[in-house]
Amino acid sequence: MARQVTLNRRLVNTAVAWGFGLLIFFPILWTILTSFKTEAEAISLQPSLFAFDWTLENYQEVNSRSNYPRYFMNSVIIAVGSVVLGLIIAVPAAWAMAFVPSKKTRGILMWMLSTKMLPPVGVLIPIYLLFRDWGLLDSRVGLVLVLTMVNLPIIVWMLFTYFREIPGEILEAARMDGASLKSELIHVLTPMAVPGIASTMLLNVILAWNEAFWTLVLTTTNAAPLTQFIASYSSPEGLFYAKLSAASTMAIAPVLILGWFSQKQLVRGLTFGAVK
Amino acid sequence: MQKSAIALTVAVMATGASLSASADTLTIATVNNGDMVRMQKLTDDFTSKNPGIDLEWVTLEENALRQKVTTDIATKGGQFDVMTIGTYEVPIWAERDWLVPLEGLGDDYDVDDILPAIRGGLSVDDKLYAAPFYGESSMVMYRKDLMEKAGMEMPEAPTWEFIGQAARAMTDKDNEIYGVCLRGKAGWGENMAFLTATANSFGARWFDMDWNPQFDSQEWSDTLNFYVDLMNDAGPPGSSSNGFNENLTLFQNGQCGMWIDATVAASFVTNANDSKVADQVGFALAPDNGLGKRGNWLWAWSLAIPAGTEKEESAKKFVAWATSKAYAELVASKEGWANVPPGTRTSLYENPEYQKVPFAAMTLASIQEADPTNPTVEEVPYVGVQFVAIPEFQGIATSVGQQFAAALAGQSSVEDALKNAQSLTERAMKKAGYPK
Repeated sequence: MARQVTLNRRLVNTAVAWGFGLLIFFPILWTILTSFKTEAEAISLQPSLFAFDWTLENYQEVNSRSNYPRYFMNSVIIAVGSVVLGLIIAVPAAWAMAFVPSKKTRGILMWMLSTKMLPPVGVLIPIYLLFRDWGLLDSRVGLVLVLTMVNLPIIVWMLFTYFREIPGEILEAARMDGASLKSELIHVLTPMAVPGIASTMLLNVILAWNEAFWTLVLTTTNAAPLTQFIASYSSPEGLFYAKLSAASTMAIAPVLILGWFSQKQLVRGLTFGAVK
Repeated sequence: MQKSAIALTVAVMATGASLSASADTLTIATVNNGDMVRMQKLTDDFTSKNPGIDLEWVTLEENALRQKVTTDIATKGGQFDVMTIGTYEVPIWAERDWLVPLEGLGDDYDVDDILPAIRGGLSVDDKLYAAPFYGESSMVMYRKDLMEKAGMEMPEAPTWEFIGQAARAMTDKDNEIYGVCLRGKAGWGENMAFLTATANSFGARWFDMDWNPQFDSQEWSDTLNFYVDLMNDAGPPGSSSNGFNENLTLFQNGQCGMWIDATVAASFVTNANDSKVADQVGFALAPDNGLGKRGNWLWAWSLAIPAGTEKEESAKKFVAWATSKAYAELVASKEGWANVPPGTRTSLYENPEYQKVPFAAMTLASIQEADPTNPTVEEVPYVGVQFVAIPEFQGIATSVGQQFAAALAGQSSVEDALKNAQSLTERAMKKAGYPK
C-alpha cells in the first residue's frame, strides 16, 4: 500500500514537472516552429502546431541578408571573454571575502549588488562618451569590459557563496604545508570549487550572451553580436515574424545546446550548499 | 602555454578595435522594412557606379535604431555616415546643427521633384536636411464586400460620422468581424500618432500659441469620446494592445471592415500571397469633420548625414543614389512598379506605369492633404502633423498615450484620462520651460 502511494506520488510529481517544463519550453518551441512557416502561416489566426507546409525559405533569406558567422563569433568572444575576465577578478575577491572577512565585507557585498539595481540607461551617456574618447566604440574589447562590469557583482556573489561552503581549515593546512597565496588559490581552492566556478561561468555566459542593451548601443558592425542580428529582423511596421523566428532560433541555438549538455553541472552548481 | 593562450585571447579581442571602418566604407543605420531591405539587395548598382566606396549596414528595429542614432549624434560618437531618420527628428536635429545640409546632390538629382509636403517636413529655413527615401500618410482601407453587405458606399473623402455609422453597420461580432480596427497600443508613434492626427480633424491641438497644453478643451474631449465609443461598439477585443502589425494581421485575415493606418499598408493588404481579402480592398482619404483638416498624418523615412562625418562627399553620393529617380526605375526594372518606394517624388505619380498601381492615387492624395507646418484648425507654435517636433514630445506623448490606452481598455474614464494627460503635460512642459 505504502509502495503504491509512493509510486502514485512519483507519477504525479513527474507529470507536474513535465507540465511545467513544457509550459516553460513552449514559447521556444513555438519560435522554432514558426521559423519553418511562411509569413502568411505565421500570422494565421488559426495556427497549426505541426500541420503546415514546412519551408526553409526564412533561413535562406536570413543567411543571404546577414553575416551570421561574424555575429556568432562576436557573441562567443564577448560572452566568454567577459566571463573569463570576470572570474580572474572575482576569484581573489570572493576568496578574500569568504576567508578573510572584515567588518566591511557585508557592506561591500551589498554595495556590489546594489549596482545591479541601477537602470543601465542611467549611465549610458557617460559610458558612451568614455568609449568615444578611448576609441572603444564598436570594439569587442570595449564590450568585454562593459559586460565584465555588468556581471561582476553576480560572479562575486555566486563564488562567495560557494567558497563559504569550503572549510577554511583545508586552506590553513595548505598554508602550514608552505603553500603560497597563489598556490593556495590555484591548487587548493579552485579544484575544490570547480562545480561552483563551472556553474557561475555557465550562468554568466548565458547572461552575457543575452545582454541586449549595451551590445546594441555600443556596437555597429565590427563587434555586433547576435542580439543585433535578432534586432535587425524586428519591425513594428511589417509582418516578418517567420524571419524573426528564424533569426531568433539561430541566435539561441548555441546557448540552448550549451545549456542542454551542461545542465548537470548547472544544477549541481546552483544547488551547491543548498542542503547540508 | 597559459601565457600564450591569454595573449591569443587578448589579441583576438583586440582585433575588434583595430577593425574600424576604412576611409571608403560608409556605415549606414537603417530600419527594418521591405523598402530598406530591398535597397540593401540593390546596392551592387551603387558600388559598381562608385568604385572605392563600400557599404556597411546596421539594420535595427525602429525604436532600437532611434535610441542608438540619437545617442550617437548627441554625443558626436561618429559611428555612422548615413542615418535613416524620420520627420520628427529632422527639424530638431537640424536646428542643433547636427545634420549636414543636403546641397550639391548632383545636377540630375532634381530636388524640386520632391513632393512639397514631404520636402517641407524635412527642411529648416528652406534648406533640405534629409532626403526622403519613402513617404507615407494615413488613409482608410476598407472591405468593399462588407461595405456592400452593409448597404453603404464609401465616399472618396468620408466624414467621421460616416465612418462611425459604417463601422457599426459592418460589425458582426458573432462571426468575429469588426467594423473598424484602429491603433490602441500606447506609444508616441502608436496610438498617439493616430489620435493626434484625428484630433487635428476634430479641431483640437496639443498646445496653444503660448505652449499651454489643451487636453482640457472640448475638442479633445470630443476626439477621445468618439474614439473610445467607436472602438467599444465596433472594434476588436483587446484593441488597447493593437498596433500596426496586430491590425494588419486582423485585416489580412478578413476580420476588419475598415482600417485607418499608414498608406504603406496598402501594398501588404493587396498582396494575394499574404492577404485573404486582397481583391476586396478599397481606399479612401482619412476622415474629417468638415473643419478643413483631415485625420491623416505625414511621415517620411529619410536619409541624413550627421555633421562631423569624415566621409561627407561619399555619403552624399549614396544619399543621392538611394533617393533619386534612377533608383525608382532600378527597383521597377527588378521588382515591378508596385515595389518602388512611394510618397517622395512628383514624377513617380506622373508615371503612367505607376498610376496603374491600385493605391498610388490615394497615397498621393493623402500625402498632399497633410501640412506639417500648418497641421491644425487653430494656429499652433509647432511643426508636425501627428507629433510635435520638440525633444520632450516622445516622453510626454508616450505617457499621454498610456492614459488614453487605459481609457480604451476601460481602466479609467475618458474624463480622467484627459485630466491626467493635461496635468502630466503641464508638469513636463513647465519643467522644460516652455509656457510663456
